[in-house]
Amino acid sequence: MTDPGVEIVAGDPDEPPDDSPAVAQQRNVEMVTLAVTLAFALLMMYDNWRTGISWEPTGPAAGYFPFWVALILGGACLFGIVKEIVKRDSGRDAFVTRSQFKRVLQMFVPTLLYVPVTQWLGLYVASFILIAGFMIVVGKIKAWKSLLTAFIFSAAMFGTFEIAFDVIMPKGPLEHLFGY
Amino acid sequence: MEAFHLLLYGFSVLMTWKILALMMVGLTLGIFVGVLPGLGGPNGVAILLPLTFTMDPTSAIVMLSCIYWGALFGGAITSILFNIPGEAWSVATTFDGYPMAQQGRAAEALTAAFTSSFIGSLVAVLLITFLAPSIASFALKFGPPEFFAVYLLTFCSFVGLGREEKHKTLISMALGLLVAGIGMDTVSGQLRMTFGSTELLRGVNFLVAVIGLFGISEILLTMEERLALRGHAAKISLRVVLKVWREMPRYWATLLRSSFIGCWLGITPGGAIAASFMGYNIAKRMSKDPDSFGKGRIEGVFAPETAAHASGTSALLPMLALGIPGSGTAAILLGGLMVWGLNPGPLLFVEHKEFVWGLIASMYLGNVVGLVLVLTTVPIFASVLRVPFAAIAPMIVVSCAIGAFAIQNAMFDIWLMMLFGVLGYVFKKIGIPMAPLTLALVLGSRAEDSFRLSMIGSAGDMRVFWSNGLVGSITTLALVLLFWPLIARALAAMRKR
Repeated sequence: MTDPGVEIVAGDPDEPPDDSPAVAQQRNVEMVTLAVTLAFALLMMYDNWRTGISWEPTGPAAGYFPFWVALILGGACLFGIVKEIVKRDSGRDAFVTRSQFKRVLQMFVPTLLYVPVTQWLGLYVASFILIAGFMIVVGKIKAWKSLLTAFIFSAAMFGTFEIAFDVIMPKGPLEHLFGY
Repeated sequence: MEAFHLLLYGFSVLMTWKILALMMVGLTLGIFVGVLPGLGGPNGVAILLPLTFTMDPTSAIVMLSCIYWGALFGGAITSILFNIPGEAWSVATTFDGYPMAQQGRAAEALTAAFTSSFIGSLVAVLLITFLAPSIASFALKFGPPEFFAVYLLTFCSFVGLGREEKHKTLISMALGLLVAGIGMDTVSGQLRMTFGSTELLRGVNFLVAVIGLFGISEILLTMEERLALRGHAAKISLRVVLKVWREMPRYWATLLRSSFIGCWLGITPGGAIAASFMGYNIAKRMSKDPDSFGKGRIEGVFAPETAAHASGTSALLPMLALGIPGSGTAAILLGGLMVWGLNPGPLLFVEHKEFVWGLIASMYLGNVVGLVLVLTTVPIFASVLRVPFAAIAPMIVVSCAIGAFAIQNAMFDIWLMMLFGVLGYVFKKIGIPMAPLTLALVLGSRAEDSFRLSMIGSAGDMRVFWSNGLVGSITTLALVLLFWPLIARALAAMRKR
């Protein structure tokens, strides 16, 4: 028999509190998403109409199938929007609270920056910066642990992809220095 | 008997050190992925897919499917020890699994979960072994109209049988079909929906979309939650294993029932998640003592785990035999098939025997090895949860980026992955299901091709979809399923009168 006591505990330095105010309401986000999707559907309908949605002697033209799919997409979005407008109850659920949103941005913004940095410094250096930076700043983990982890992970990735499996990744000045 | 010989042949394909080693690597990675918060079957397979790009197809599929089995096993660990279901289909396992852990019976619950998962997938693999070849050889006679009818059936059953709001399923599916159509039209060679962009010329790669939808979005969603967790540690001793195994035959009816439910729902598109709940509920209803469920009854672990694994495994049956994935993960495996240069569908059984039977044999072997592996290494994997998420999250992001880039060596694809990551995040939060989108992305262009080829063949006559008994009944069934909610309501109203 195992010990029934709790034995594995992992902490979370800044846990999102329950009473954090909402940044956006569920219902509003849903409406906006549906509206954007509807706009996308209309754009696609227009583009496919331009390509040709008629029946040609060789069967349907290239735009035929996507045109009708876009029409269905637009219809479903419109239905969703109308449904949300007609619906009277609540709609007050938070889509995301302020503290949650802060954490999502903590993840999203570095990830977004990671892409241009990859183009500039190469994937492996960018990965090192992302991992070490994220661990130190967001995870509040000791600097030497973070740097070491990031170095080992990036080096392992380099070993796996570049050397063992021959999968070529974007590289920057540092790799060129070593002749890669 | 022929299936048996082919299966033996499949085992002979597997028996090389390289493949066996890849199996172990796959299982270990899979359990790891299954245990980590916010990752699970489809995410794990999507993120690790790039590892297989340079392998031969057989090694690649063996490793990937082992990642999948591993992830399924791993999901049970967190459900039981931490009350955190790694995946939707592990939710039912927490009902009785976590109470058992609280009572100090974690080892028993884990053994029960692993063993019943093993039994569930074994039943499903047997089904695949003996049924898939006949379905495939039957499907060899299919022409474009038949294939289109089967695709239509898949799409319609998602809309009609899914538990989400219908218009949301429809949005997800239509968006997937549209995105799949971007780029060069395969029939006429014309460009469409590219808006003059050279990057969009080659279309939106399915795997790039999937890595964003499942990998990046899942990281964002996990960040939102509280990441502090408390759980029980467990070590499984041989004595406990034997004790559970001795008890097991008493529950044969539950195991068998759950296996059948799982297989049935696994083959039906969109049914995988429902399977574990249904297995649990039926076991509860059939029990003489239903009130004891939810308080730490071992049967309450057996039932959902058997059903979940049976459905997870049998979802591969339609993928192998018809080229139609029965679940999100199966769709991603199907995407892998295309990267490795294979054409999914019934011809696989003829043209790539070693691939198909190697995969089927690896399902047997992978589950046996997986069972032994999880039983012996649970404490190690459970302690993975001690690793702070702040270290794991950026590593997953890096793995996603490597994956997205490696597919076509395009920086544009990393941006695209980010876009799909945001899309997945928003969609999941407002209740638009991901599975129909995944399915439509992977099947979209083939569905369109078969539709247009049918139209060319029939000179634009829609009646081609009712031109013979087979295609007619599939098409009709598809339409019935599409409107099933309305039909069911009408039937109920009629009965009331």
